[in-house]
Amino acid sequence: MAEPLLELNGLSKSFGALKACDGVDLTLLPGEIHALIGPNGAGKSTLIAQVAGWLRPDAGAISLLGQPAVHLSVAARARRGLGRTFQISSLASEFSALGNVRLALQARERGAFGFWSPVRKDRRLREEALAVLARVGLEERAEVPVTTLSHGERRLLEVALALALRPKLLLLDEPMAGLGPEGTRALTAFLRTLKAEAGILLVEHDMDAVFALADRISVLVYGRIIASGPPEEIRRSAAVREAYLGDAA
Amino acid sequence: MTNGLSREQVVNGSLLALLLAAPLIAAALDEPFYVSLATRVAILALAGVGLNLALGYGGMVSFGHAAFFGLGGYVAGIAAFHAFEESAFLTWPFTIGGSDQLLVVWTVTALVVALVALAIGAVSLRTSGVYFIMITLAFAQMIYYLAISLPTYGGEDGLSIYLRNQLPMGDSAEPLTFFFVCYGLLLLALFVSARLVASRFGAALQCARMNEVRLATLGIAPFPVKLTAFVLSAVITGIAGALFADLNGFVGPSMLSWHRSGEIMIFVILGGVGRLFGPLAGAALFILLESFVGGFTDRWQLILGAVLLAVVLFARGGLIGLLAGKLRHG
Ligand SMILES: Nc1ncnc2c1ncn2[C@@H]1O[C@H](COP(=O)(O)OP(=O)(O)OP(=O)(O)O)[C@@H](O)[C@H]1O
Ligand SMILES: [Mg+2]
Repeated sequence: MAEPLLELNGLSKSFGALKACDGVDLTLLPGEIHALIGPNGAGKSTLIAQVAGWLRPDAGAISLLGQPAVHLSVAARARRGLGRTFQISSLASEFSALGNVRLALQARERGAFGFWSPVRKDRRLREEALAVLARVGLEERAEVPVTTLSHGERRLLEVALALALRPKLLLLDEPMAGLGPEGTRALTAFLRTLKAEAGILLVEHDMDAVFALADRISVLVYGRIIASGPPEEIRRSAAVREAYLGDAA
Repeated sequence: MTNGLSREQVVNGSLLALLLAAPLIAAALDEPFYVSLATRVAILALAGVGLNLALGYGGMVSFGHAAFFGLGGYVAGIAAFHAFEESAFLTWPFTIGGSDQLLVVWTVTALVVALVALAIGAVSLRTSGVYFIMITLAFAQMIYYLAISLPTYGGEDGLSIYLRNQLPMGDSAEPLTFFFVCYGLLLLALFVSARLVASRFGAALQCARMNEVRLATLGIAPFPVKLTAFVLSAVITGIAGALFADLNGFVGPSMLSWHRSGEIMIFVILGGVGRLFGPLAGAALFILLESFVGGFTDRWQLILGAVLLAVVLFARGGLIGLLAGKLRHG
């Protein structure tokens, strides 16, 4: 078996008496989309935050590309190859779409180093940034300030920023939220082409997208994984139906 | 944007031309007071250019930049004091005497201020928002009281500089020459700031202001970026302080006081936060109000307050924003 891109062992995190993450074991393999589903407040974003480095787990281990990662900063994890999108868009709001992607590209190359030459005059950086924007269909909107992008466009820009890092694994926290049926279909198709490039841990409420994309699904309820397996198995699981899917599935 | 000057460039160029013309005309008319006034504007603008790097571009609202301004002043004053007395600043473990050379004073200022700013920044930048404002203020106050408690260097009364620090060529005691020195340093600081802000570092710094979470997610740790900008910002303000002491022939604790921090902040806000030439416009307006309205009435600060209020409420881009329009980012 290939070495997992991400491996969580007994990951736990409490907020006071609330166990938002309760002994979670989870792996993400190269070339797979692993969907993490669960009702509101189940602890999905809390799990993502621990993997990305914003929250320090109370207990448990995180290993990123075979290396322990709990002690690493957010930036260090990103440099190891972890890209992510946020449930609520988080962008450099006064920059254009292009400016955001350019920053991502420069981050991958040499961080903040470069104190003298104007970054906007760097033709190669511009071309590369436009190419990344083109992948998510935003090349026409490159010069537009982020504040005037639509909600859907911002979601796509988030994906573009993650891609610009050439990540080995992607954490996507509800990328479809607010995209509308058309946008959701387009992004679903796009993510399917992406998984050869990077393993994806996908948190998503849109069940059509989840079942269309996921190679494996884990179900999180009250901070615990109650079921994990191929989509068909999850669809049939009585426990999952009861706890989460209801009659809708 | 590719050819032809933008409106902001025209405004900036005009400001520079005005600041250059004023003392030349004053000197021709034999009005040394106005030469010294223009020199003040150049120096205070320089201090503001320093703060603007931290506050305007990096979003670090430092309420303690007087510490760096004053430190620069004290380096100039103490160096001149020992040079004048022919005594030593330090005799152990090695001897450090005074100096009356501007280039030496500036170098020492840059080193001292950089070290102090590194320490202050390393602690302060672990906080943000109101806490950052308060902690930078607290550090500046500590240095203020330290200066007051140093009887060798005048304590509360400050220190007179009998001989203005010298240039390798030219006579720095000649008002117009000294103006050119200050003006030249202001130009240099503006140029360096412009390059810095447009560089990769500048992009990261501005992202740190807008959204640190985003910056870290892209793999750039915000802390070192901000600390670097904070130190550079302090050094520029420190050099301005050294010039200010030389201009006045005096350095005292007032250069370190929180009023001074507030004033430097006012230059930046009045001129336009995060606008390259904002501090120049702000310092010029401040000095004009102080000298001319202040000549008629002691209540000039009331007018300053009203102007400041108007800027904050109605013209977020400050004077530069008013003259040159809104800022466009790439
Ligand atoms: N910083 C925090 N402090 C206290 N409680 C928190 C904090 N962050 C999250 N929680 C709580 O932890 C629980 C899990 O939250 P989390 O955001 O991880 O859920 P989620 O599965 O992402 O939900 P959603 O589907 O609504 O996005 C919730 O009850 C939430 O209120
Ligand atoms: Mg969530």
